[in-house]
Amino acid sequence: MPMELTQSRMQKIWIPIDHRPSLPRRRYRACGPQLTNSPTVIVMVGLPARGKTYMSKKLTRYLNWIGVPTKVFNVGEYRREVVKEFSSYSFFHPDNEEAMKVRKQCALAALRDVQLYLKEEGGQIAVFDATNTTKERRDMVLDFAKENDFKVFFIESVCDDPSVVASNIMEVKLSSPDYRDCSSAEAMEDFMKRIDCYQVNYQPLDPDNHDRDLSLIKVLDVGRRFLVNRVQDYIQSRIVYYLMNIHVQPRTIYLCRHGESEYNVLGRIGGDSGLSIRGKKFSVALCKFLEEQNLKDLKIWTSQLKRTIQTAEALKLPYEQWKALNEIDAGVCEEMTYEEIKETYPEEYALRDQDKYYYRYPTGESYQDLVQRLEPVIMELERQENVLVICHQAVMRCLLAYFLDKSADEMPYLKCPLHTVLKLTPVAYGCRVESIYLNVEAVNTHRERSEEAKKGPNPLMRRNSVTPLASPEPTKKPRINSFEEHTASTSTSLPSCLPRENLNLNNSQNQF
Amino acid sequence: MASPRELTQNPLKKIWMPYSNGRPAQHACPRGVCVTNCPTLIVMVGLPARGKTYISKKLTRYLNWIGVPTREFNVGQYRRDLVKTYRSFEFFLPDNEEGLKIRKQCAEAALRDVRRFLSEEGGHVAVFDATNTTRERRETIFKFGEENGYKTFFVESVCVDPDVIAANIVQVKLGSPDYIDCGNDEATEDFMNRIECYKNSYETLDENLDKDLSYIKIMDVGRSYLVNRVMDHIQSRIVYYLMNIHVTPRSIYLCRHGESELNLKGRIGGDTGLSPRGKEFAKSLAQFINDQNIKDLKVWTSQMKRTIQTAEALGVPYEQWKVLNEIDAGVCEEMTYEEIQEHHPLEFALRDQDKYRYRYPKGESYEDLVQRLEPVIMELERQENVLVICHQAVMRCLLAYFLDKTAEQLPYLKCPLHTVLKLTPVAYGCKLESIFLNVEAVNTHRDRPENVDISRPPEEALVTVPAHQ
Repeated sequence: MPMELTQSRMQKIWIPIDHRPSLPRRRYRACGPQLTNSPTVIVMVGLPARGKTYMSKKLTRYLNWIGVPTKVFNVGEYRREVVKEFSSYSFFHPDNEEAMKVRKQCALAALRDVQLYLKEEGGQIAVFDATNTTKERRDMVLDFAKENDFKVFFIESVCDDPSVVASNIMEVKLSSPDYRDCSSAEAMEDFMKRIDCYQVNYQPLDPDNHDRDLSLIKVLDVGRRFLVNRVQDYIQSRIVYYLMNIHVQPRTIYLCRHGESEYNVLGRIGGDSGLSIRGKKFSVALCKFLEEQNLKDLKIWTSQLKRTIQTAEALKLPYEQWKALNEIDAGVCEEMTYEEIKETYPEEYALRDQDKYYYRYPTGESYQDLVQRLEPVIMELERQENVLVICHQAVMRCLLAYFLDKSADEMPYLKCPLHTVLKLTPVAYGCRVESIYLNVEAVNTHRERSEEAKKGPNPLMRRNSVTPLASPEPTKKPRINSFEEHTASTSTSLPSCLPRENLNLNNSQNQF
Repeated sequence: MASPRELTQNPLKKIWMPYSNGRPAQHACPRGVCVTNCPTLIVMVGLPARGKTYISKKLTRYLNWIGVPTREFNVGQYRRDLVKTYRSFEFFLPDNEEGLKIRKQCAEAALRDVRRFLSEEGGHVAVFDATNTTRERRETIFKFGEENGYKTFFVESVCVDPDVIAANIVQVKLGSPDYIDCGNDEATEDFMNRIECYKNSYETLDENLDKDLSYIKIMDVGRSYLVNRVMDHIQSRIVYYLMNIHVTPRSIYLCRHGESELNLKGRIGGDTGLSPRGKEFAKSLAQFINDQNIKDLKVWTSQMKRTIQTAEALGVPYEQWKVLNEIDAGVCEEMTYEEIQEHHPLEFALRDQDKYRYRYPKGESYEDLVQRLEPVIMELERQENVLVICHQAVMRCLLAYFLDKTAEQLPYLKCPLHTVLKLTPVAYGCKLESIFLNVEAVNTHRDRPENVDISRPPEEALVTVPAHQ
């Protein structure tokens, strides 16, 4: 009887007991529709300082978080590897033949790496981050994609507002390795001339005529206006939606958990208990903290569980309840202590330690499920400005992983202690994190990775292709880390000698 | 510092709310969709036969389904009510003073009703469906919006492809009350003349002149879009929706898993396998799908055993979606209705009082389900031929979307086992065919009993429970 099924132990997915291995591969998505089989090359287009790299990195972070393996290939970084010393804008002069040759070679090298990534390294989307301002260059990329059977989606950023351009230059260009020996004024002047070099030959995308058959989005004036042409598939539609929701207004996101709860004190997971005395004290401290932050128009979001709402109540401000922010559902283990779980469900207990991201509680959820559940929260956070999210440990780990570009492997072990507010501020290409402990004691609910788990996941473990990966380091690393101390875009969790890609424990596989 | 307000859990929806003096203080709003404080006025723009009414109706249906009270106001309908008999396109000639007067009156009457809906009747979104092809007319409407505190969002449909226009005319114009006494050729000719009447004065939304307005311009039935100044969450959702819908003919098949072991016992929820009859159904379904000869059929299931077993019999690739899982009955999982009445009589009564909003303790409500299923609906809009093998409550939610059912009707829609519903978009709506695959199954449909009072005797609570083992 072909309908016999067995349930995978880790993810609780029902799969056929396959007597006929020749059947077509089956695909299991926790999160929505099947990704297109063809990988996609996203091609950035635009003059320098138009936000291409900003969008590339942000988009890549989002796609990896929702489980679509994505990587940025920044041609400027390839150029920095080849041309050891940047001299001046004259390198970019259209008459500089020698330089033009080098620049073209860099683009080709980057495309070769794109090909490797999409064909052999399990990548689904490659973001080709360069100016790509001429039809000729774009045709070259289109030909490359056609040869390899990749889909192409163009993202063009057009902006003529001089104050936006100047502000971009200040934010990310002055500190570029290209200008490390220059003063700010010198750097600014040189960069403006660099832009002029491109302006002369700039051929914007023309969806009304020449480019009418291309799939593209034109982002005008930092998101005031968009032109979208021929969206081919689900992932392009998500990309468009995402780009239309992000903004660059300065703002701050505060993440914290509810105050310590009765169950926290008892060591019980899940449930819907109220705050302990100390938890109530925390809420009061939180109220005071917010007053001191002196924020304009703060939105406050809670889950629909009592403990977050009680916490919000103390703030005496309007708040919105989101069911999507509820803590991970521990299914049959709800309201148990870890000791009780170990005793009653020893196998489940062990499985969870082996692969905490994919592990789904029986009749409950996994971190992977949580990510899917939280995606609309992330989308709305992108739309908003100042927001305080009062949530739960697992939920907060997922949200934090998005902002700090953490992989599926790291996510379930991120430290989110009680009574501590994480203040996230977008800066340059990443996010600054400040951790503020509000000085009210609480139990520790964090469980470190077990010894068992440190040995690595069971290689026979079945994977669903939804796996947040941290956005891989760009293939050619910048030689100088020019970011601030707390900037989370430099991942510190792996030793720098091991390139991320090789240590990719969560390599997505569309088959099992 | 005053101590924080105590919380109480609303018995129906299980939402925690503060209360003082024993009464809930209306304070925090549970977030379903964004509740913007400003109502939104959507203004359609475009020549006749460009799909404005199609878009208006579809968008209205979607917004209502996700819980945003929306209504469309079709000015042509107002005109038909006022001018009892339509004679010819000459009514629309730009120099027909009488015609112009009447048409202006109709627009004004429609706007009055918009105001009543948005400002007095609790409406959140009004869709003003008319050509609105001149800048002057649009400025009047925009001012109206400003005066009343509405945000205005324009949706323009631009299309020059004569085949598309001809197809639209055939689909929805020939059957219009305006042409009830005309032959098809006559009607088409008249309608083409009607379109001409608008062309000369048509001022499309302009990149410069209209740069401060919020709008989306849809070109060539969705080949490309121009989006300007999206102001808020609801506008962003509207844009996303409009960018995902298409008009390519296709069919959507909805059915439940085959009869399950728990179905036989009259138990709800759980994760059991198919009964022997359920397996029969799966085989019949395979045959049925084969006979339908569908091009590129996508098959979706939930992650529960019974839907997957059903799909397995089809011998084609399928995708599992966790969000298609049956409604979570929380503490009542795997109980019979009789057991629920015995152990949770209050819950059982509350559910009958408001089945849409009622949330099982530690479980879900239909309202929660709708939110959970929204990405499925969005992807169904993107797709072409799809078979969704799901569950009773889930299927009711999806069906309610396609058939434009209200929250009150939704939880009582009939979705019997072993019956495939075939939905085919046609004109402004959806054609529905119900195909019973001729394999017997238990009935799992429980009608609302007469007595929903919490003090009702058990017999009256259980009177509508279908028979089971």
